[in-house]
Amino acid sequence: MLLRAAWRRAALAATAAPGPRSAAPTRGLRLRVADHAPQSAVPSDTATAPESVLRPLYMDVQATTPLDPRVLDAMLPYLVNYYGNPHSRTHAYGWESEAAMEHARQQVASLIGADPREIIFTSGATESNNIAIKGVARFYRSRKRHVITTQTEHKCVLDSCRSLEAEGFQVTYLPVQKSGIIDLKELEAAIQPDTSLVSVMTVNNEIGVKQPIAEIGQICSSRKVYFHTDAAQAVGKIPLDVNDMKIDLMSISGHKIYGPKGVGAIYIRRRPRVRVEALQSGGGQERGMRSGTVPTPLVVGLGAACEVAQQEMEYDHKRILKLSERLIQKIMKNLPDVVMNGDPEHHYPGCINLSFAYVEGESLLMALKDVALSSGSACTSASLEPSYVLRAIGTDEDLAHSSIRFGIGRFTTEEEVDYTAEKCIQHVKRLREMSPLWEMVQDGIDLKSIKWTQH
Amino acid sequence: MAASSRAQVLDLYRAMLRESKHFSAYNYRTYAVRRIRDAFRENKNVRDPVEIQTLVNKAKRDLGIIRRQVHIGQLYSTNKLIIENQEKPKT
Repeated sequence: MLLRAAWRRAALAATAAPGPRSAAPTRGLRLRVADHAPQSAVPSDTATAPESVLRPLYMDVQATTPLDPRVLDAMLPYLVNYYGNPHSRTHAYGWESEAAMEHARQQVASLIGADPREIIFTSGATESNNIAIKGVARFYRSRKRHVITTQTEHKCVLDSCRSLEAEGFQVTYLPVQKSGIIDLKELEAAIQPDTSLVSVMTVNNEIGVKQPIAEIGQICSSRKVYFHTDAAQAVGKIPLDVNDMKIDLMSISGHKIYGPKGVGAIYIRRRPRVRVEALQSGGGQERGMRSGTVPTPLVVGLGAACEVAQQEMEYDHKRILKLSERLIQKIMKNLPDVVMNGDPEHHYPGCINLSFAYVEGESLLMALKDVALSSGSACTSASLEPSYVLRAIGTDEDLAHSSIRFGIGRFTTEEEVDYTAEKCIQHVKRLREMSPLWEMVQDGIDLKSIKWTQH
Repeated sequence: MAASSRAQVLDLYRAMLRESKHFSAYNYRTYAVRRIRDAFRENKNVRDPVEIQTLVNKAKRDLGIIRRQVHIGQLYSTNKLIIENQEKPKT
């Protein structure tokens, strides 16, 4: 009784005329317990009214993206009524679930120009990367013992390669140029007769740099080496075709393309067939490459996200490019000594990584508490080390510490971009005023010439 | 076909915009309004009746999606964003 009343109150409050919840809105990021959910059976112990804290703007789309409402709408029936196991062959619940799964497979395949039989559903791009790297290397282990990757790959790729090294494989980590792009000549020189796989990500998640995938595919196919690309940040955002670009394996992540978390896919070429040793044993689902019940609601979400992305790619790209230029222009026009990390030309506009000289990155992030941002990738943000990607592109140690990554996505508005730019400019100016290094630079002292005393 | 007349398309456009303004999440609300405007504007010169009917059918399906998702968003609504406090956003 009390529960229903609370739910009705919450629904009414939501549809009431918009306005601030409290007289003096507080800012900042405080974790809210989900005590407004209608199905919570027991009221929380503290039983306080929910605090009215305005939420920060979301500018961290490389970490994850909100669900597109069209995706949620496609998923819900499979979470409510059509809950069958897609591998149940004997009744309608299984058949309808399987039909949905196969439809989703077709949607994913269509986005990248593949055949549906070449798409295997996984739990995410990390699992797909593990399958691609470990699976291919191990299958061809008798004749091929060498794998090539780059220094700017995602942690899961680098970690998979490290575990391969422990198994006795040899791995070459190609360096990148200052632009963040690999040198194609170095790649060609690194390929040996016993190389089984080359893995290069399409769009980098920290600096947004686009690697020359078509050229790499060309080199690999001419040297008969399999080419894997981690396309988690690129799928649905830039046009990709696995046949035009001669890609043999591709990792796809659901929650980077406005789909649900916990699902992804791996594309494994069939013509010519790429053999992969399965990592997960079980009932032989997904052509034996990835056993386990396929999570129908999640894959339906992934499929819907891919279909929406295919329809909206051009519109989104045009908008994001415009907003990206607006953000960079505003910041660079009003602040000196700002460096954009990564090649400005071969660059996905939705991922902007800027270094603000003489300002500490973490303090700028904390000052910008009204905007959800990140300095580098989410998986390395716990440690205080500067990002290995920035180190790989040769960024100075101090600039690497002052870098912030701005993400612009499908749902980002011009107001959000303007607000972020203004706050950024305001706080960088404020922090620089407090910085003795900045003072010294203003006085004309060259910081590199200073002999810091040892303590 | 009746559904593809100019008046009917305009009614659909107005209904979609009206419904989209009820999204409680700022980002969904602004996206829906913007996208609907741009999509109808982009297709305003289409003359082929079959194509018009296809577009109208898709729009009707999308209107259904918007209605359901607006409702769900309201059931699970949370606090407003920091910039909603400062201006009344329409786009």
